[in-house]
Order: sequence, then structure tokens, then C-alpha cells
Amino acid sequence: MGLKEKVQDLLGNDILDIVEYRGDLTIEVPKSKNVKVLKALKEVEGLQFDFLVDIVGVDNSALYEKKKAKKKKPKGDEEAEEKEPVKEGPPPPRFEVVYLLLALSTNERLRVKIRVSEDDLEVDSITGLWRGANWPEREVYDMFGIRFKGHPNLKRLLMWEGFPAHPLRKDYPLEGQGEQRDFDDCRFF
Amino acid sequence: MAKNNNAPITGDYVTINIGPSHPAMHGTLRVVCKTDGETIVEAIPEIGYLHRGVEKLGENLTYHQFIPITDRLNYCSAIANNVAYEKAVEKLLGIEIPEKAKLIRVIMKELARIADHQVCVGILGVDLGAFTPFFYLIIQREEIYDIFEWYNGARLTNTFGRIGGVNADLPEIFHTKWPKLKDTIRKANDETDKLLTHNRIWMDRTIGVNPFSPEDALEYGFTGPCLRATGVKRDLRKDEPYYFYNQFDFEVPVGKHGDVFDRYYVRLIEMEESIKIIDQAYTMYKELPPDAPLMAKVPKIIKPPEGEIYSAIESPNGELGFFIKSDGTDKPYRIKIRPPCYMVYQAFPELVKGEMIADTIACLSSLNIIAGELDR
Repeated sequence: MGLKEKVQDLLGNDILDIVEYRGDLTIEVPKSKNVKVLKALKEVEGLQFDFLVDIVGVDNSALYEKKKAKKKKPKGDEEAEEKEPVKEGPPPPRFEVVYLLLALSTNERLRVKIRVSEDDLEVDSITGLWRGANWPEREVYDMFGIRFKGHPNLKRLLMWEGFPAHPLRKDYPLEGQGEQRDFDDCRFF
Repeated sequence: MAKNNNAPITGDYVTINIGPSHPAMHGTLRVVCKTDGETIVEAIPEIGYLHRGVEKLGENLTYHQFIPITDRLNYCSAIANNVAYEKAVEKLLGIEIPEKAKLIRVIMKELARIADHQVCVGILGVDLGAFTPFFYLIIQREEIYDIFEWYNGARLTNTFGRIGGVNADLPEIFHTKWPKLKDTIRKANDETDKLLTHNRIWMDRTIGVNPFSPEDALEYGFTGPCLRATGVKRDLRKDEPYYFYNQFDFEVPVGKHGDVFDRYYVRLIEMEESIKIIDQAYTMYKELPPDAPLMAKVPKIIKPPEGEIYSAIESPNGELGFFIKSDGTDKPYRIKIRPPCYMVYQAFPELVKGEMIADTIACLSSLNIIAGELDR
């Protein structure tokens, strides 16, 4: 039984989407079930994804915009334009959080993806499963503004405390916005 | 200086700020320590002083233009970063590189590993007051850098290889230099071993200093020599072999206690194993015809199909991974770098709790935290 079947067997209906690309397996699960799914993947015999490699945040807004523009272009006639608003529905969630997992006993890798919409930027923290999730979650918060509920110390990591933006979002300009640090935040105790 | 558990807790703490500009803090690291006398009650590392937004830059550069940026991650072994990134893009494109390019990458990467470990071991000695071994090791590193310099001009930021292979064959100087160089590297390692390993002062300063259990290390995401020092035999070159690593005969050294001494000793032995790997790769390289191709067929403008991949190699510090998401254009949509010492450094407060201030420096050196890689 391959990894894909094993994962499907274990999680069943929790899997929204399963993608295999260049030998990498990615599953998408509902945002509210991330802790449950990761706990199951970590502990169930036969899978044991017991090593958290990293947590990656992705801002998909530019990707959606590009796709939208592409869709509109080839269909110039009125019919297509009329159809467009019907198709759209609610906008797709803007952010993704991807957990990179590794099973130490079998050397299998798996990515678990959740989608986070801009209206509800709160995700359950997995620091209870891996203490090593502490800094990666802080970095995702720092760079994308996704808050992790239950995180012991959700502060900015690479940017300074009080930085007004989230720099890895696609709408943040490459050259910055002229933010300056006032060094009031250097005291810890 | 072992853990000082008997020290009375007076509640009269002094806060000491170490870094970010301090000779023992390896660049731009900053640790704020709450101390009780000489004992550390709490240490909070603050990172980000060398944050240059490498990931954001990557989103605005083409795939080829990003290679020189990866040099600036772990600047002690830039070649390992280049290879990791190129391997990730090649996986995204789904291309296989020629045999000769693989062997050249293996040889250069292992040379970079030796250079990186030499710096780490040497600096660890310097930080603990043993200045002599540093010179023995740094002279040999300079010889390795000569080879890098002949390869494409740069000593530190090598920009080694291209997507789809390597740009040049091994330099002439490698063929003449390597047979002698491996002996001098071994000799320098022997000298270091003789000067440090059984030295009473060295043993007192390193054995039993901030030990770490394998369970904790795995939970914190340790990889590389720091993980192997705790006794976990994990090396991507063995576990997920890429290039020809499954054909080479080499050992993965492991420690027992995960203390400073084990981290030092694992690195010292790994250099010997790297020499073995280079020798075997060089033998395979010599069997190939001199006009064997160096590059796979790669389009001039790289536009990978839409998709995302994660690819990792065993860099001198541990698992160095690149997560790349492509949207079908000539620029990556998202690049996430998974640097090894990022995950190691977050365990730092736990590692140094209850230790002496002087041992904090030893701990930091032995973990081999490189600010360029940590902050990106």
C-alpha cells in the first residue's frame, strides 16, 4: 500500500484535496482540523510523521488575480462576461499554511496544507505537538499576519516588534515603505 | 563547568545583554540573559539583525538570478547552498543532470563541508581559549579556498553551478593539489585532535556542557551534526541518497550525550569521512570521458510548470531545504528556505538554562549558528 492510500485510509473525509507532484505528496485539510490531523499523522502506527521540518506561509492573492485576468482575456464576447459573476462565488482563501512533515522511520515526506481566509486569520497552534513549531509559527505570523491560537509567545521574529506591516504579503512593496525602528522594544525583562 | 544546580536562587537577578555586536556572538546574534551570579536563569535570543529579505528578493528575481543570493545564506559553505537551490529547481523542472556534473557537485560540496567544519571547530577552540588549532585548520581552509578561487574566481561567495548542471569542469589545480591536500588536512585534524580532544582543560570545558537528549532534539527539529551528537543516526546522504551518495562507502559518526564535546568530535570525524567521499567521487570522475557533458538540456528562460516542491540536501549544518512554488512564470512565486540552524537555535534557551555565562559562548559556537542563514 502506497503512502497516498495509507493517508487516505487514515484521514478519509478530512482530506479536501490530494495532489502528487514530482513525487511530493500534498494533502489539504480543513483549517479547523489541522491539530487533529497532524496529531493523527504523528501518532498512528504505520505512518508516524514524527518530525516537523518546517512551516511555510503562502500568500495566494497575486496568483488568483493573475488567473482571473487570464480567464477574462480570451473570452471577449458578452456571453462570457455575463457568466463571470455567477461563477465567482465567495473569493478563495487568501493564505495557505503548509506543514512539512517527515517520517523518520521510513523517510517519507508529506505536506499538509490548510487555507486561511483574510476575514479569519486565526489558526490553532501546533506547539503542543512539536515544541519546534514555535519559531516557524512566529515567522509565519511575522511575515503574513496569521495568528496562531494557543502559541506561548506569539511575537514577531525577524522584524522588530511594532513593525507596521507583514512583509511577505504580495501587496507589500519590495523596496519597503521606509519603516524605521525606534529601539524602544529592546528591553526584555 | 557542569550544570550548577546547587547555586542558591536569590531572586536578585542581573540582566546582561550579549551582542548583537560582540566578537563571540558570530556576527549579529543577540542574547539577553537573566543571570544569578554566573548562572543563567533565562536566556532570550533575538534574531533578525541580518534579515535581508532573501525570500522576498527571490520572488522578484528569475530562477538563475537567485543563485548568487543563496551564497549569502551560510557564507561558510556557500557551495552547499547553491547545490541545494539548484537541486530544488531541477526537481521543479523535472530534469536529471549529467553524471559528471553530479560528481563535480559532490566533490565541491564535500570540500565546502570540510571548510565549514574547520571553521566551526577552529572557532570553538578560539572561543574557549585554545588559539593554536585555529591556525592549523584555517591554513588548510585557505588551500581549499584556492581550489574554489580557481573554479570561478570567488573565495567565499562562490555562485557555484547553474540550473541543470555546472558551468565548468574541475579546475586544473584540483588534480595537482588534492593528493597532497588531503594528507595535510588529515594532519591538521590530527594536530587538532592531539591538542584538544584529550586536553584536560578542553574536556572540563566541553564534556557534559549543555547536553541534549535525542527526543528533545527531534522535537525541536534538530538536523545535522547537532542531532547526530545526541546519538540519532540521521544523515540525508544515507537516508535519502541523492547524486551518488548511495554508492560511496562512508560512515555516519554519532555521539552519545549531545554535549559540546560530542558536537565537536562528530564534526572532526565527519571531515575524514568527507575526504573519503571526495576520493571515491574523484575515482568515478576520472573514469568518465573528458568531454562528457556538464549541463543537461535546459531552456534559456526557465519557466517551470505550476506546482510546488520541497527538496533538501545534507548541508554541513544539517538539512537545508528549499520549498519553491511556481506559478508558471519565469520568477518563483514563493521561495521558503529551511535553514538548519534556525531550528537548532530555537532550542538555545533550553540548552543554556542553568549553565554558566562562559558556557553559553561554547554552546553557541558548537551549534555553529550562522547569522546569514538564520535570518535570511
